[in-house]
Amino acid sequence: MGIFRRVQALGKREQLNSEIDEEMRDHMQRRIDANIAKGMSRRDAEREARLRFGNPTVMKERVNAEDAAVGVDSLWRDIRYALRGFAKNPGFTAIAITTLALGIGANTAVFQLVDAVRLRSLPIQHPEELTELRIAGGNHGMGISNDAYSSLTIPMWQEIRRHHDPFSGIFAWRPSSVMIGKPSDQRQFPAIEVSGEFFNVLGVTPWQGRLIEPQDEAATCGPLSKAVVSYSFWKSQMAAQTITSDTTIMAEGNSIQVLGVTPPSFFGLAVGDRFDIVYPTCNPSHPRAEIFVFSVMGRLKPGWNLARASEYLASISPGLFESAVPAGYSAETTKDFKSFRLAAYAGGAGVSNLRHTYNSSLQLLLAITGLVLLIACANLANLMLARATTRQREMAIRMALGASRRRLLRQMLIESNLLAFCGAALGVALSQPLSRVLVASLTTSQGSIHLSIVTDWRVLLFAASVAVLTCIVFGTIPAMRGTKVDPNTSLKSGERGIAGSRERFSVQRVMVITQIAVSMVLLVGALLFVRSYRNLITLDPGMRVQGITAGFFAFRNLNIKPENEAEFKRQLIEEVRSVPGVENAASTNNTPLGGSTWSHEIHVDTHDGPSRFTYASPTYFATMNIPLLTGRNFTDGDTNSAPLVLIVNQSFIRHFLGNTQPVGQLVHVMPEPQYPERTFQIIGTIPDTKYSDLRLDPEPIAYVPAAQLPIDAQMPGTALMIASSGGAATIDAVRRTIAAKHPQINMRFFDFRQGIEDSLVGERMMAMLSGLFGLLAAILVAVGLFGVLSYLIAQRRNEIGIRIALGASRTGVIGLIMRDSAVMLCIGVFIGCALALFAGRAASTMLFGLKAYDPTTIGFAIGLLAVIAVAASWLPARKASRLDPVAALRCD
Amino acid sequence: MAKNDLQGALDLLIMKSLAQLGSMHGYGIAAHIEHVSDELLSVEEGSLYPALHRIEQIGWIRAEWAVTEASRRAKFYSLTATGRKQLAEREKNWEQVMKGIQAVLRFA
Repeated sequence: MGIFRRVQALGKREQLNSEIDEEMRDHMQRRIDANIAKGMSRRDAEREARLRFGNPTVMKERVNAEDAAVGVDSLWRDIRYALRGFAKNPGFTAIAITTLALGIGANTAVFQLVDAVRLRSLPIQHPEELTELRIAGGNHGMGISNDAYSSLTIPMWQEIRRHHDPFSGIFAWRPSSVMIGKPSDQRQFPAIEVSGEFFNVLGVTPWQGRLIEPQDEAATCGPLSKAVVSYSFWKSQMAAQTITSDTTIMAEGNSIQVLGVTPPSFFGLAVGDRFDIVYPTCNPSHPRAEIFVFSVMGRLKPGWNLARASEYLASISPGLFESAVPAGYSAETTKDFKSFRLAAYAGGAGVSNLRHTYNSSLQLLLAITGLVLLIACANLANLMLARATTRQREMAIRMALGASRRRLLRQMLIESNLLAFCGAALGVALSQPLSRVLVASLTTSQGSIHLSIVTDWRVLLFAASVAVLTCIVFGTIPAMRGTKVDPNTSLKSGERGIAGSRERFSVQRVMVITQIAVSMVLLVGALLFVRSYRNLITLDPGMRVQGITAGFFAFRNLNIKPENEAEFKRQLIEEVRSVPGVENAASTNNTPLGGSTWSHEIHVDTHDGPSRFTYASPTYFATMNIPLLTGRNFTDGDTNSAPLVLIVNQSFIRHFLGNTQPVGQLVHVMPEPQYPERTFQIIGTIPDTKYSDLRLDPEPIAYVPAAQLPIDAQMPGTALMIASSGGAATIDAVRRTIAAKHPQINMRFFDFRQGIEDSLVGERMMAMLSGLFGLLAAILVAVGLFGVLSYLIAQRRNEIGIRIALGASRTGVIGLIMRDSAVMLCIGVFIGCALALFAGRAASTMLFGLKAYDPTTIGFAIGLLAVIAVAASWLPARKASRLDPVAALRCD
Repeated sequence: MAKNDLQGALDLLIMKSLAQLGSMHGYGIAAHIEHVSDELLSVEEGSLYPALHRIEQIGWIRAEWAVTEASRRAKFYSLTATGRKQLAEREKNWEQVMKGIQAVLRFA
């Protein structure tokens, strides 16, 4: 009601003013009349009335203030006044807004990623009902997991499909890929394999044609026959042609029917991934029970929640895992498998391994950008303080004319609010490209991350809160100080205020000390991450990485009998080795340092435990430059018909053999599906090498000749490590030679070294960004220190002038200023060290090869800050020492 | 426990005066209070007009311009319906406050 009236009164200001005037005049007239009636002379009557009434302007202001206690109109006047002030001071305004925009923009950009990766719901109907079904606690590394999202096997999925009471619908899916195009010119496209209910349960509606329906799921497994394509694929690869019943594309060498197109917003269920093809899964007659393939999700029925659904799933778990247990495990492992429990987890935000990989990085980045913003705020606060001091006279005059302190405070807070608002608006605009740069910095040769970066309400809310916070930090203190003027002294002493007001200086000193302390934390962090990344990138993994190419050869289409596969792979290695330029080539079932692992439970003498296993060809050690320490290498004669042999690393010896002479020892490998229980004899030893991840310590590794892989476990494909110094040209020759001989083999190559660097992309991002922000912090500190010292010296002109006039030497004056900044530096660095040590604990898990409390790093950061402090103080100090005492003293 | 404080006294005086006078301008309200209280209470203009405008904003009184004797324009205030209700409540409240104060003063 009141607000409404005020808005109505807006623009009627003049009328309101004259009404108040008239009311006051009327009052005055009545008083005069009454006085005359009492018998006073007209002059006395008027005089008495005026005296009683007091200052009419103040009165009008006070009545006005009631009319506009939260008055929109006077607010508007204050805003206009502030804008005029900014326009008069474009340098200050530009610096303030740019600083804020960069600071808020960087924070919002990082938050935007957090939002996209963790917080935002999938673009589907009622995402809150979507539930993921997983084994509580995971599968304990049993069997084979296809990828990060494959949590259940096909038999498990078939069981769940029969019992899903809590769910109105349920589906299985897995990330996959499909070769599209004519056989001579194929390209791989990301795909999703889904069960028939996928789109119905998600509630995704087709953009064109129709999506996959339950009847599309093939009862038996044959070649791909139909699929749905993504919007971007439809646009770029199919020229956005209308989907009819005979629209087809070439996939996996066959012509398949395109059923429809998914809407542009739908990217699948894995945040950070995208797809081009969705195809229906099939039901194999004998599904492998030990391979974890699918992610299973369902939509909760109304009235069910996660806890109740989990209870239901736990109750059906014993029967489910009893029927899904693979044959071939030892009794103990089988028991473990049967004790798995299924549970329901919230799935509305989809799944993403980005969350796991980059969670702590993103949190840390948010903290770093927050600290940079804090430094920027301290700088701004100092700027505002300096500005408030030069405006002291203005404030004093306004106060003398009757403005209340509250009014002036509001004026100053409106100014800082305006700055923060402009900064935030620009920052939000900046955050979009910044987020994209961040995502792009995580792109590797193997793939990129696809996130839809949108400024949703969460991002806006975040930016607004950051803006409000910054405003409080940089606006409040200067406003409080600026309005605490005594009009009398202030008007007398001119714009410079009273030289002795130490209190005001100390606020600025505290700001500078805060800046130094915070930038110390940032610099230590930056140095730690840069050094950690350098440690990783220069680490010797114990094998050759330069000039090695990993090639994947898939020959399912050749239909080779399992018993002939070992021999075919041996021939393939020879064919690759005979290509000119190839130095050596070897097969392996597990490419090292790629993140994947392969283990068997073993039993040696009295020791039990898991060991990593690699099935490699005899050429492996020579190809990878791994020296044989004792014993002999594998030969082509080490096949399944010869005695089973092993080569082990030092870690294996330490772990399982102790001081026993390793060569000749027997190692029992526990049974697993496709891998019967077997006994191997150690024939050689090699030094430790890194296995799946550069960051991990060496693990026990046992190497088995590739030809001794059990026949049941043979796969129609292999990875080859190819050593050459010819680079891409040699690999091209390999591709052409093999394609000419076996046109049906699918090949894919990647540079081994590049692959390792790709796996360090998270560390690279942290090193780059923390380095960048550390540098920014250092620059801000230099600017801040320079500004404050220049300002303090300007304030102390008189004092320094007197000192010089009394005979103080130039060096003495320089020393005076330098001591001042040295004190600030020391306190700041001391606090910064404590903070850095505290903060370092949070980052220690992300560091490689150094501790968070690294004395060298801290020392280096202190040195850097000292250099910055000296550089920033030198100019103002020299300027002070050159002060002309006569000019300085005459000024007052 | 009586809510409200002594600061509400002026508001209360203004509203009660308007209840007694029906419709009156600022000067008249001040004069009425002084007269009725036997010159014990004097209302300063510096407090009166801000208070009048504040109460008007809240909606307890309304203001109208009217031409009076000697054809002078004056702003006349009068109570609104909510103002009347508010006044009754405040009067009760005020008695409580007074009782409380008296009790404190007489405490020996």
